[in-house]
Amino acid sequence: MIDLGALFLDPLGHGFFVRAIAAGTLVGVVCAVGGTYVVLKGLAFIGDAVSHAAFPGVVASYLLGGPYLVGAGIAAVVTAVGIGWVSRRARLRADTAIGVLFAGAFALGILLFSTIRGYVGDLFSFLFGYLLAIGPGDLAALAVLSAIVLAVVAVLWKELLYSTFDPLGAAASGLPVEALEYLFLALIALTIVISLQAVGIILVVAMLVTPAATAQLLTVRFAAMMGLAIVLGVASAVIGLYVSYWLDVASGATIVLVETSFFLLALALGPRTGLLSRRRAAAGVGPTIG
Amino acid sequence: MTEPEARGFEPHDHPHHPDERHLPVLEAGVDPGHAHAHADVWLSDVTAGYGDRVAVEHIDLAIEPGTLLAVVGPNGAGKSTLVKVMAGLLRPWTGRVEILRAPAGREAHRIAYVPQAELVDWAFPVTVRDVVMMGRYPALGVLRRPRAADHRAVDGALEQVGMAGHRGTQIGSLSGGQRRRVFLARALAAEPDVFLLDEPVTGVDATTQEDLMDILEAQARRGKTIVATTHDLACAAQRFQRVLAINRTVIAHGPSSLVLDPDVLARTYGGHLLVLGGQAVVLDDAHHHDEAAPGEAHFHDGKGR
Repeated sequence: MIDLGALFLDPLGHGFFVRAIAAGTLVGVVCAVGGTYVVLKGLAFIGDAVSHAAFPGVVASYLLGGPYLVGAGIAAVVTAVGIGWVSRRARLRADTAIGVLFAGAFALGILLFSTIRGYVGDLFSFLFGYLLAIGPGDLAALAVLSAIVLAVVAVLWKELLYSTFDPLGAAASGLPVEALEYLFLALIALTIVISLQAVGIILVVAMLVTPAATAQLLTVRFAAMMGLAIVLGVASAVIGLYVSYWLDVASGATIVLVETSFFLLALALGPRTGLLSRRRAAAGVGPTIG
Repeated sequence: MTEPEARGFEPHDHPHHPDERHLPVLEAGVDPGHAHAHADVWLSDVTAGYGDRVAVEHIDLAIEPGTLLAVVGPNGAGKSTLVKVMAGLLRPWTGRVEILRAPAGREAHRIAYVPQAELVDWAFPVTVRDVVMMGRYPALGVLRRPRAADHRAVDGALEQVGMAGHRGTQIGSLSGGQRRRVFLARALAAEPDVFLLDEPVTGVDATTQEDLMDILEAQARRGKTIVATTHDLACAAQRFQRVLAINRTVIAHGPSSLVLDPDVLARTYGGHLLVLGGQAVVLDDAHHHDEAAPGEAHFHDGKGR
């Protein structure tokens, strides 16, 4: 017979697992907060672009022997703000500008990567994530960055909400919408950098978008959406870590798959989009929304 | 644009004096120097557009406090652009804009702008009360939470537009008329001196239109300045004191009874106007809003999203 208590408690005996749980929780919270705005603004593609653009920063830090957070942070913020600037100024559709910039930045990362001779295992962990390898120093840095992102959102809560919902109305009434937009892009870049080590460059967009998208299916209030996204993000990180520990599979991918499962569940059972409620509506019973 | 068109509906040999507010003179652009000192909204030789496309050009305009002004014109005439220029959302290429006797944008906290319904994401997770409270945000400032006075203003505004019973409703489940009521309530809650409204009564039922116009009329009587674009010529004729007819340039500006005559309308709408027994019918209005400005998302079916 399986000892359920041991199943959950044994992993906590390892320092690395406890650190992974802490880091996963931080990432779950920060990504849910930033992701709520990303989903409502329809900027999932920007999240994907910025995470890929962080890659040359990571590789450059590796080559120069500096801390990866600095390199990734610089590359991500520059790309995010650059995307904002290009799509405002140039006569291009935003998605075109994003596609050009992020593919170029990622290519630069691959080029730098190809100049490295010898062992590059550490760098692979940035592509695919490796929560279980997070050290105490990394964790402290994550905590500081997370606190910065959360503090900015808390301070500018009203302003971010108004300018996300109705940028024209907000700008006309005097809110600095353009500055808020750039600040928001910088926050998203920071959020992505925080999450890189957890799930890796390729999957980070899922951490950002999936919990918030799931929450949007289930709630009609902004604060509730963000709160539910946080719960889903943290729960997915913890569940994903345990499952990956038990099954000895990649932790980042497992976390993302748990999030995806929640999303599909909400899609199937949610009050508005759910297949069940749609069937009820078709039959003329139950609430019709719209 | 090859040659400048004649701007005036009539050459105005009587310069408009600010005190003669209901003087039955059509002004196609008031002599800027004259009305300037008293105007809440003042534009001098304003040309604006998007990218390299001109939307409005050579606009001269002075709107005095307490005016209820309808901006009419065909699709693509630049109505929304003109309102955005007034709101400080679009910087004109040339010319000067002064709102409340300061450069556009400076007195932003005394302005309430209501965008076209198509520009709002109706699936956004906010309730009726959340939206109206946003009207209070700019005055509140960073970090301050709404206080009793803000809650009173929001409740009062909801009461005025008849939406007090829908406080907790998500905006996507409101009817078209209710949505316009909520956005007018947001403008009222801000207690502005200038209302800039893009199609506030488009796509609403007759009762809602009457209710909203009653509210705007009351605000104008209290000295507030109201500029509203509209496609509804009957509403412009019956409910607005003054009308600005534009088609990229100013065609006519003056008391509604004078501007909305068949000749002016024919010049404003070109071939898209049919006059039947003294009643003007606009023919090109099946889909009535300007093309999306760069960077704007239009939400045509907020309900389904």
